[in-house]
Amino acid sequence: MTGKLDLDPVLVARARELAARAGASVVELARGHTTVSVERAVLRLAGVQGADPDGIPWVNRLVDAVVAEVGLGHGVAAPVFDALAREQLADVTLLAQKAAAGSVRFEAPAGRAATAARRAARRAVAAGVRRIDRRRAERERLVRRFGDPPQRPWIYLIVATGDIHEDIPQAQAAARAGADAIAVIRSTGQSLLDYVPEGATREGFAGTYATQENFRLMRAALDESSRELGRYVRLTNYASGLCMPEMAALAGLERLDMMLNDSMYGILFRDINPIRTFVDQRFSRQVHARAGIIINTGEDNYLTTADAVDEAHTVTVSQLLNEYFAHEAGLADWQLGLGHAFEVNPDVPESLRLELAHALLARELFPDAPLKWMPPTKHMTGDVFRGNLLDGFFNLVGALTGQGILLVGMMTEAVVTPWLSDRDIALQNVRYVLGAAGGLHEDFVPAPGGFIQQRAHLVLRSAVELLERIGEQSLLTAIGEGTFGIMKRPADRGRGLDGVARHEGDYYNPAVEILEGAGS
Amino acid sequence: MTVVPEKQVVRPYGDTTGDGMVQVSFTLPLPHDKRAEGAAIQLAGKMGIDPAMLVHARPMGDGFTFFVVYGRVNHLVDTAAVRVVERDFPLLSAKEVNAVVKRQLRRKLSVVGACIGTDAHTVGIDAILNVKGIAGEKGLEYYRELRVSNLGAQVSVPDLVAAARAERADAVLVSQVVTQRDAHLHNTREMSAAFREAWPAGKRPLLIVGGPRFDEAMTAELGVDRIFGRGTTPAEVASYLVHALITSRKAATV
Repeated sequence: MTGKLDLDPVLVARARELAARAGASVVELARGHTTVSVERAVLRLAGVQGADPDGIPWVNRLVDAVVAEVGLGHGVAAPVFDALAREQLADVTLLAQKAAAGSVRFEAPAGRAATAARRAARRAVAAGVRRIDRRRAERERLVRRFGDPPQRPWIYLIVATGDIHEDIPQAQAAARAGADAIAVIRSTGQSLLDYVPEGATREGFAGTYATQENFRLMRAALDESSRELGRYVRLTNYASGLCMPEMAALAGLERLDMMLNDSMYGILFRDINPIRTFVDQRFSRQVHARAGIIINTGEDNYLTTADAVDEAHTVTVSQLLNEYFAHEAGLADWQLGLGHAFEVNPDVPESLRLELAHALLARELFPDAPLKWMPPTKHMTGDVFRGNLLDGFFNLVGALTGQGILLVGMMTEAVVTPWLSDRDIALQNVRYVLGAAGGLHEDFVPAPGGFIQQRAHLVLRSAVELLERIGEQSLLTAIGEGTFGIMKRPADRGRGLDGVARHEGDYYNPAVEILEGAGS
Repeated sequence: MTVVPEKQVVRPYGDTTGDGMVQVSFTLPLPHDKRAEGAAIQLAGKMGIDPAMLVHARPMGDGFTFFVVYGRVNHLVDTAAVRVVERDFPLLSAKEVNAVVKRQLRRKLSVVGACIGTDAHTVGIDAILNVKGIAGEKGLEYYRELRVSNLGAQVSVPDLVAAARAERADAVLVSQVVTQRDAHLHNTREMSAAFREAWPAGKRPLLIVGGPRFDEAMTAELGVDRIFGRGTTPAEVASYLVHALITSRKAATV
């Protein structure tokens, strides 16, 4: 599959080197800070469950109690397990309940107490990580038993009713109709909640709340479908927003298979503080790496705000950065569903050839990544007939360029949330194109020095130039000055900044220690 | 429009004037069989399509069938009886909004937004302000010529006034979702009173409130310039800002 574009290997290596240089300072920053959500994820791994009568999770109450007394910079693991020993309690959730009532005192333990607290914390978190390991082994067993989808790309469909009990039959119907991966869209605004709601939920705004119980219910339903259909149907949700690390932990605990997890999306599109995002993101990716979860990055979003021709290189830059951050956090190439989209204005001459050039560039830059191929949205006008044709061309480019995960485009994009018939027509479209031209990539070789090769070379060169400019300042400055999309996001602004702290000298996080494979 | 249309009464057009032909598609929750096809024809008949030609029927999943029907519709359309509710300002694209601000205001238009009182539901204000926007439409942050400051949830009125002053706000957007004991109305009155006090008459920022339970006709009573209800899009708000702050003021002074 590689070598169709005749890319200059020196330039490709240079692009990766520049991405690593731009990302390195951010990784340094992430290693020296923690966030309330990282600490809550640690407590979830340590077994804290449930919520108070107002629906505020006990992990939130416990982290808030620790922060109020000793601050965030020591990490909560040692203060919590120190208090647990002093209170002579066996259960961390019980401690959270007592702490919420104000009857527990926290301190950052020192000396022998610190050693004991760390050891206890590590033991509890290790049990959580072992649960994630077991879920991963279970996935591998089920994939062996039921099999992977017979074709590439995998067909990815969305459900979003707001009610988990409505989502389930819809997801099962979608799987029966050919979907290989089901994504449950989250309720509008969940990314800005600084807690994860609890329990099965039946009310959402244009989507369904991501909760541990909803994850469990949907995964069980799709296991049923996998058995019925003889192929393993994957489940997708979102590790994004203010609770990114907790979402990753819950996904690992409930055997979700793919998670949307972009390094910069929350900063640019949700105005979440850049440091908060990068710290949360690194931890969430370490969890995904351990859980065997495929991440889906969000480069398609840039093209919904910026022009897909003029800004094509920003997609490449973001893919390179996402790859660097992912590798640094321990993710393997097969786990990198790097995103890109079919968003060139169809009125632009040669728009299909431009799309082919961009899609093939991503394919050849990341030969071992599955790549997530996103359908047209920006130029879907409500003319459903034209929309269906556009989706057909999108599917064709996906087949011709060997994309790994194909999000099924709906002709009613921008009109309604998909109807049953819209989904059926969209799947017919996909099946027709894959059936008629699924192997055409074998014959499709762009002319040497022709339009497609030249376009791909130009985009790569522009990406390298942008990375060079970023390298001269730093990634945080570049984001602050509005290099990606058009949003300026300075590092000292944005949501969730008050939940960020620099590590104190005695900062301890058993989850990171285990995930990074240090100590024993 | 003052031009009188040539024909006052029209029918749909297939390939011949007056043939009345239409095409519709729909799904019935029935498994595909003769009976389901008969049901589709019956529905088409009730829609005024007679004769109806069932040209396509396709089973989908368990117990659903998709139909495409062509046929002659026996309704007439009287163009003289068409009533259109006109928006009192033109709906502009993001590009057009940016162009007007740049050309006529010659600086960024400053917008401050918040949820006030105890209301923690930022869904509305975020849908209008976040780049993410709503239903595929980008929020005001996406507009190059608007400078947006979103203060988030549970902002006190004095803080909002201070932020509006610091940002030299041209407009203040307030979202109110919670309506318990008319909290949205009390909060809005308190807010508008504070702005009236803090600025000389005619100088205060444009005040806009939005939420699903407001009556759009209550502007005078609540002391605000505009109320937006359920289903409002960012483009409508941006277009209104341009209209109220730039184009209508220019027109008034010329």
